[in-house]
Amino acid sequence: MSTPFPDIEARLRDALAPVDPPIHLQQRLETTLDSIVELAADELEAWELDAIKNPRNWPRAAVGPAAAVVVGGGAAVGLVLLRTQRRRHKRRAAARGARDLFARTLKDAGREALKVFDDLAPHR
Amino acid sequence: MATAPDKVKLDADFSELYKAHLKDVYSYAYYRVGNHHDAEDLTEQTFLQAYRHFARAQEESKGRPLRPWLIRIAHNLAANYYRDRSRRPQTNIDDAGALSTPHTTEGLVQDRDDLARILRGVQQLPDDRREALIMRFALGMDNKEIARALDRTDGATKVLIHRAIRQLEDIVQADANGGSD
Repeated sequence: MSTPFPDIEARLRDALAPVDPPIHLQQRLETTLDSIVELAADELEAWELDAIKNPRNWPRAAVGPAAAVVVGGGAAVGLVLLRTQRRRHKRRAAARGARDLFARTLKDAGREALKVFDDLAPHR
Repeated sequence: MATAPDKVKLDADFSELYKAHLKDVYSYAYYRVGNHHDAEDLTEQTFLQAYRHFARAQEESKGRPLRPWLIRIAHNLAANYYRDRSRRPQTNIDDAGALSTPHTTEGLVQDRDDLARILRGVQQLPDDRREALIMRFALGMDNKEIARALDRTDGATKVLIHRAIRQLEDIVQADANGGSD
């Protein structure tokens, strides 16, 4: 059985010849793409100006890291207080009077703060 | 987010891509969906989608040609087109045969019959085989490009094209035998 097209690849090339897009499609597409490009450029320009002028965008650029430090610092202080609080019964039992209890509390808080600082920056 | 000079460069690059591959995308779309009206829509949608994702594609391509990426978008959109409309492609053989194939007066009818037979055969192939043949013969893509567009390995693509051609030969043969009965 012989094939009716010995060189089927050549015939395929003929059958599937590239098709030129109609002119009206090119015009339509170019108009659409141009307007999208212009729209995107306007949007970008407007965004950049807003970013500079609008204080609401400042946190992202400048206040953000500061806020992170504040939040992180708050968490560290909370951790020191929590750990100091855990030892309150021992301090009360060992304290001789209110002044001694206050001094021991400060000492514990200082020690816990150093521990937290060590945890946060172990290789300082 | 892109700064203004980046954006200008990006748009210029996209414009180049559009000019270089409009005919490829349209040809692919035409042979895939089988009529000019839907091929125009598919081409338009392909470039709009390509524009949206161009920056990332350019970054990820690392200097490789973007034609396979573009054809892959068209391929995905065409798949949605069939899913939405639950239909198979139809090729208008009169248009396809007359569009850009040079014919001499002598043998014109025979040529048109042959082309019609081959196109009918192509339309009977499974989707992946048909697509591979469109990419190879209508767009002139090499195995590597087709592999990227179809998300297959180079080896699997080579086998796919080989099998597509063999199956097409069988279909055309059967068609010829049926026609001569």
